[in-house]
Amino acid sequence: MSHTSDVSLRGVEIGYGPVRVLDRFDLEIKASEFVVLLGPSGCGKSTLLNAIAGLADIDAGEIWIGGRNVTWAEPKDRGIAMVFQSYALYPRMSVRGNMSFGLKVAGMPRAEIDKRVREAAEMLRITEYLDRKPSELSGGQRQRVAIGRALVRDAGVFLLDEPLSNLDAQLRTELRIEIKLLHQRLGATMIYVTHDQIEAMTLADRIAVMKDRRIQQLGTPHDIYFHPANRFVASFVGAPKMNFLPGRLSLSGGVPVFRTGDVIISLEGYAFAASPLEGAQVELGIRPEHIAPGPDGQNVVVDLVEPVGSDIYAWSTLAGVQLCIRLPAETRVVRGDVLPVIFPVHRINLFDAASGDHL
Amino acid sequence: MSAAVNPQGRRPQHLTPGRIGLYAFLAITAAFFLTPLYIMVVTSLKAMPEIRGGNMLALPAHVTFDAWVKAWSGACTGLTCRGIQVGFWNSVRILVPSVVVSIAVGAVTGYALSFWRPRGAGLLFGLLMAVAFVPYQVFIYPLVRLFSLGGMNNSLAAIVTVHTMFGLPTMTLIFRNHFASLPIELFKAARVDGAGFWRIFSAIMLPMAVPIIVVAMILQVTGIWNDFILGLVFAGRENLPMTVQLNNIVNTTQGEREYNVDMAATLLTALVPLVVYFVSGRWFVRGIAAGAVKG
Repeated sequence: MSHTSDVSLRGVEIGYGPVRVLDRFDLEIKASEFVVLLGPSGCGKSTLLNAIAGLADIDAGEIWIGGRNVTWAEPKDRGIAMVFQSYALYPRMSVRGNMSFGLKVAGMPRAEIDKRVREAAEMLRITEYLDRKPSELSGGQRQRVAIGRALVRDAGVFLLDEPLSNLDAQLRTELRIEIKLLHQRLGATMIYVTHDQIEAMTLADRIAVMKDRRIQQLGTPHDIYFHPANRFVASFVGAPKMNFLPGRLSLSGGVPVFRTGDVIISLEGYAFAASPLEGAQVELGIRPEHIAPGPDGQNVVVDLVEPVGSDIYAWSTLAGVQLCIRLPAETRVVRGDVLPVIFPVHRINLFDAASGDHL
Repeated sequence: MSAAVNPQGRRPQHLTPGRIGLYAFLAITAAFFLTPLYIMVVTSLKAMPEIRGGNMLALPAHVTFDAWVKAWSGACTGLTCRGIQVGFWNSVRILVPSVVVSIAVGAVTGYALSFWRPRGAGLLFGLLMAVAFVPYQVFIYPLVRLFSLGGMNNSLAAIVTVHTMFGLPTMTLIFRNHFASLPIELFKAARVDGAGFWRIFSAIMLPMAVPIIVVAMILQVTGIWNDFILGLVFAGRENLPMTVQLNNIVNTTQGEREYNVDMAATLLTALVPLVVYFVSGRWFVRGIAAGAVKG
């Protein structure tokens, strides 16, 4: 079971009547790539996945899968398999019946069906449940069956629509790893929709962060995390969220600095995209783990301490804005402590206050 | 504060005056609705001299099934005296195809409307529901004209068609509501699996609709069995249903009125819906409730 196809979306537009869901949407996905569509609910990511599957019509543009224009093709003729959030298992059929249904419809010989079902069941460790009904399975087992139903189709592209959202936290982590292993083993192209940024970061070769009918940024998890293209991407990815300090730029003796209230942060060595303007309204973004305690930094007062086991989150206020600082677990810090912190310039992201674009 | 009893474990049950009143009311209501049935049963088991004695509520002094036998096989409907059995078999011949066809058509229509959503599906469904509120007597004359134009008036085909048509709004409504309550992803998964319109219907949706099919059967069996006017108008003289035959027996104006035979014939006619209700009442209530919530 292994073949793989590339996917190409060219100028795809989708709308429900006057409501636009996607505007002129382009996306090239290489064969064997794992791409995650990440975004808040209502950003059109599930609609896009349905369009790739052929379950939703598009208004304009083309969809190519494996070098074929499948824009008007039926779902079954697109060489895709799909896994749904609610599992969508056929309740009156056994696990075996669920997994073999598509192959039976396709008129595949019985022996070949049995072989494929057996292989997929072994891979997903659901062999012992093959004769049970979906209602007799737990959530994790059901989702495994749903993945198995996709596996037997031997499709070049797997479409996964929030497959882990209905599971509890621990199962989610387990199945996340299994999906990644499966991808490494099959080498098939996977397009994965989620609103969970951890899933996106851990699974993806590339992440497409979506909002307002458009891709906000397309890049590797590393790019998305360390070099967000705009304020939305910066705030959507990462937990706890990136800290944002509103303020203005100024140039003191040729060196750019960031000012907010009476706080001054040096930006010497910051790689500006364009030369900085004196007095420009900006937001300074820095992730909680990048704020480092240092001897001659800004003094902040700790308002609240959240130990999460692996780390400690210290919440404080700087220039009227809430600030989260991530500290090593062994740090001794209590409410009311004064903490000197520094903002390393190579970890800082500056955003235009009005447009939100990265500077 | 003095806690006389420490609340723990199972809550104690008390028979309050309110409860007693409630049960009394329920008992009286049940008696009220059961009395006519009781009178019918006892009357049908009496011989005519005893009925003439005039005590309706008394149990029969001598139980006799003569009236039942006569009602089934010997009572006169017009000129023929072969009892109500002719009507019974006519009713069965009308009932079976009408129930099967109307449920099949309603299920497919409801399925198509809720999953395939063809252009104008909403309008079609709205119209179907609107027509359901038009008194069906209005349609009788135009339908008779249409059928005679097509040369199929007074036939089994005509009456089955009529029952299917008049059943369509209700059948479509309950099936549409049931299918609309299923997750749409089930339908999408089946489409990705390559199943077409009929395959999805028969392999996936129909097996999930069994409780609704039972409800639809109850509704249609009782409705079609109890029908009088449509059977009288469309079925033709050869196929007159049991209700029409019953009317002919009960409403004869000549000779002595045989109350015991009338009662037996009526009970025989009511038997089918009665049995259906007793056997499947639980399903019926469940289906109606489901429909009410979803409606």
